[in-house]
Amino acid sequence: MKTTAKLWVGVVVLVIISPLGLILPERFKAGSAWGEWRADEMQKLVGYIPKGLAKLSSLWNAPLPDYAFKGREQSGLSHLSLAYIICAVLGIIIIVIVMLLIGKMSVKKPKF
Amino acid sequence: MHIPDGYLGPATCGLFYAVMLPIWLVASKIVKRTLNAKQVPMLAICAAFSFVIMMFNVPIPGGSTGHATGASLAAILLGPWAACIVLTVALVIQALLFGDGGITAIGANSFNMAFVSPFVGYYIYKAISHNAPMDSNRRVFAAAVAGYIGINAAALMAGVEFGIQPFLHHTASGQALYCPYGLKIAVPVMVGEHLLIFGWVEAVITALVIKFLQKHDPAFINTGVSR
Repeated sequence: MKTTAKLWVGVVVLVIISPLGLILPERFKAGSAWGEWRADEMQKLVGYIPKGLAKLSSLWNAPLPDYAFKGREQSGLSHLSLAYIICAVLGIIIIVIVMLLIGKMSVKKPKF
Repeated sequence: MHIPDGYLGPATCGLFYAVMLPIWLVASKIVKRTLNAKQVPMLAICAAFSFVIMMFNVPIPGGSTGHATGASLAAILLGPWAACIVLTVALVIQALLFGDGGITAIGANSFNMAFVSPFVGYYIYKAISHNAPMDSNRRVFAAAVAGYIGINAAALMAGVEFGIQPFLHHTASGQALYCPYGLKIAVPVMVGEHLLIFGWVEAVITALVIKFLQKHDPAFINTGVSR
């Protein structure tokens, strides 16, 4: 097997076990990453929601917020894990297409 | 370390877009000049790897979470300019599709994770692995140090960007408009958690992949030599 194929196998394995990135923080009661709190978490932390933050935080409505399906963020861990894997696959497909396009545009055709 | 919308004021967001624009232009020019067809699969693999490794949130029990980025690894395997493109693409997809990192903060997040991190990591790897044989353990060690320092450099940048907000933007009564934590909190927290935990994750994954490639296809780790 070519080395790049082996590396792709590695990426696929990471995708399959990616829900660990969801389950472990839950298991160890770890909250959001520092500086990535939602507005309501901010309220709890400092007692108010900074005005600019309140305005800007809803600026962009991502189609799959936090690697979950919209409206199903409160579902059980098994649903969220499956959504997490689907998001990983989707993200990687798009990223690979973009990178291959960039690669194609960047590589000069050999001149003979 | 993905700064969301609303944590950085307009001045900071604008500044980092302005800083990144020429960097992106130079990066695409250099990649266009130096990339060869055999590197394209690695370009895609590094971007996919960075994207998925950033989904592995590592918990600090009872505290916050963080993750590795794969930035130094991409820089070692493809050079820092190609790594800049790789990480930028991952960050843009994360922001647009998954709301991971704000769209107003793409400039700042790219500066931290797609510019500072790969460049710091790359030159540290170069310096430590200088003249080392392809199969030497010094290269694995160099990769680990590059990963560790690279991600901490990005964390420091993020800490400073967060930390200057309450100074730049506040109401007359002293309430912050954006990130409410100043430099004295943001910098030690961001750097501290990466020095103590997430930096080691980055060090291990960077070293492991280099070790794997040493065994299977050492030509990949000979940065600058195309394959």
